[in-house]
Amino acid sequence: MIKVSGLTKDYGARRAISNLSFDAQQGEIVGFLGPNGAGKTTTLRILTGYMPPTDGEAIVAGYDVVEESLEVRKRVGYLPETVPLYTDMIVFDYLKFMGDLRKIPNVSNRVDEVLDMVGLSDRSDGYIGNLSKGMRQRVGLAQALLHRPEVLILDEPTIGLDPGQVVEVRELIREIGKERTVLLSTHLLNEAQNICDRLLIINQGKIVAEDTTANLQARLIGAERVIIRVRGEADELASTIQQVKGVQSVETKQDGAVEFEFSSGKDLRPEVAKKVISAGYDLLELRPLGMSLEEIFLELTGSDSKKK
Amino acid sequence: MRNIWTIAKREYDNYFNGPLAYVVAFAILLPLGIYFALIMWVSSQSAAMGGPAPQSAPINWLFVFLMIFLSPALTMRLLSDEARMGTLELLLTAPIRDFELVAGKWLGAFMLILSLAAMTLVFPIIMNNYVTPSIDWRVIISSYIGLILVCSALLGLGVGISAIFTNQFAAFFTTLGLFFFLWFMINLPAGYLKQGGDVFNYLSLSTHFSQSMNNGTINLGDIVYYISLTALGLFVGTTAIEIRRWR
Repeated sequence: MIKVSGLTKDYGARRAISNLSFDAQQGEIVGFLGPNGAGKTTTLRILTGYMPPTDGEAIVAGYDVVEESLEVRKRVGYLPETVPLYTDMIVFDYLKFMGDLRKIPNVSNRVDEVLDMVGLSDRSDGYIGNLSKGMRQRVGLAQALLHRPEVLILDEPTIGLDPGQVVEVRELIREIGKERTVLLSTHLLNEAQNICDRLLIINQGKIVAEDTTANLQARLIGAERVIIRVRGEADELASTIQQVKGVQSVETKQDGAVEFEFSSGKDLRPEVAKKVISAGYDLLELRPLGMSLEEIFLELTGSDSKKK
Repeated sequence: MRNIWTIAKREYDNYFNGPLAYVVAFAILLPLGIYFALIMWVSSQSAAMGGPAPQSAPINWLFVFLMIFLSPALTMRLLSDEARMGTLELLLTAPIRDFELVAGKWLGAFMLILSLAAMTLVFPIIMNNYVTPSIDWRVIISSYIGLILVCSALLGLGVGISAIFTNQFAAFFTTLGLFFFLWFMINLPAGYLKQGGDVFNYLSLSTHFSQSMNNGTINLGDIVYYISLTALGLFVGTTAIEIRRWR
């Protein structure tokens, strides 16, 4: 459905993306993960036919994004990052206008249908300018879904939503992703883990890793870190934990908690817990520390970002 | 073609969402109405002494003259504001051609002016009631064709300039400056040149209307002039949008 090879884009002298190649199949949700300024939006904009690449080729829904831009645009639904909307328009009129541009038959019915999908039926006759950020996001999503696109391209679809809405939108995306191709960008690791079948990690315009979400996690998280906290004084805690076989790098934090690491595969938490309790401590907390996106980037991009 | 219409219709409706359509209508119709009343009053005074019948051509001239100042306000935000708000990204990823977008914007503004021009038809109709046997309708028709062509050119150039800028006020003053130059100044060299002055006369926005169609003479050259300017404006607009994509 999406096939990208050697995609490069320069803004003046600055190279925004460099020699990107990837693909996405039908029924697949592919996540574009990267820090701000990594080139996510640029790539998505090229795929939607908004701007041409400097070099390379991209085929979306069977058409070349440069040569057959109009055909691509007919088949792509796009939610831009900033969710640009006409604030002085009524929700229904706005969607009808976008539907007319896409020549949707029976557009009014379809608009009602899509508003229902994104849960905005009761706001269809209100002005867009009076909607909250989350609602605007959903209007943008409705606009992207109007014409039943084969490919859905979403730039940071859950940014600015409250937690309840995030769950709803993610569910909606997952639902759509069953039949269509969804390419979404995000800088939230848990979002990527949550909805994407496959991840492309991009940094400074280059893809630094590409794999299924599960594989990538396993590959990245070579060691698991756990934080442990006990009641009262814990001067001896670190050395107690050190005695458990397989535990690496024990470190006492300022507040008395202890952080330790063990190589993933064998979960050492039960052993550590037993040991701590049998040593007479009251165990308060035993919590795995997830790997943050920053750490993954440190891992993937090497030393140059470690200086921070 | 349908895309042009879709864009134009939204733009036309949008003028009435805000005060702009009413402000422009007020700024045109009020002076025209006063001018009309003056013309009628003066000619009623002179008619007693066998003076000439009232003419409606000066009213259309005033319409066009006011449009020099008002049309930049109508076109300034058409494309510049889309770029500023980011909604241009939606339009440029919708399955419409860049030209259709620009032409649709122009058509929306043009339809507003056509509506206003239609309202001014009351003046010749009222005038006709006071003139026997009747006023010269051929002159009226020629004058209105001229008025529509001038407005088409003004709006075309305005849309083109609006596509270049992201700031609507930059678009406004650039457009106003250009119209000022084309209306008042470009034919000035004609008075000083022994040869070739006609070229500058031909380039003037006003001569093709004031000295030709508004008096009942329709020349192909005048029509070509205004249609060319419209096309030039739309071409500049389309090119500016395309350049925006490449940046």
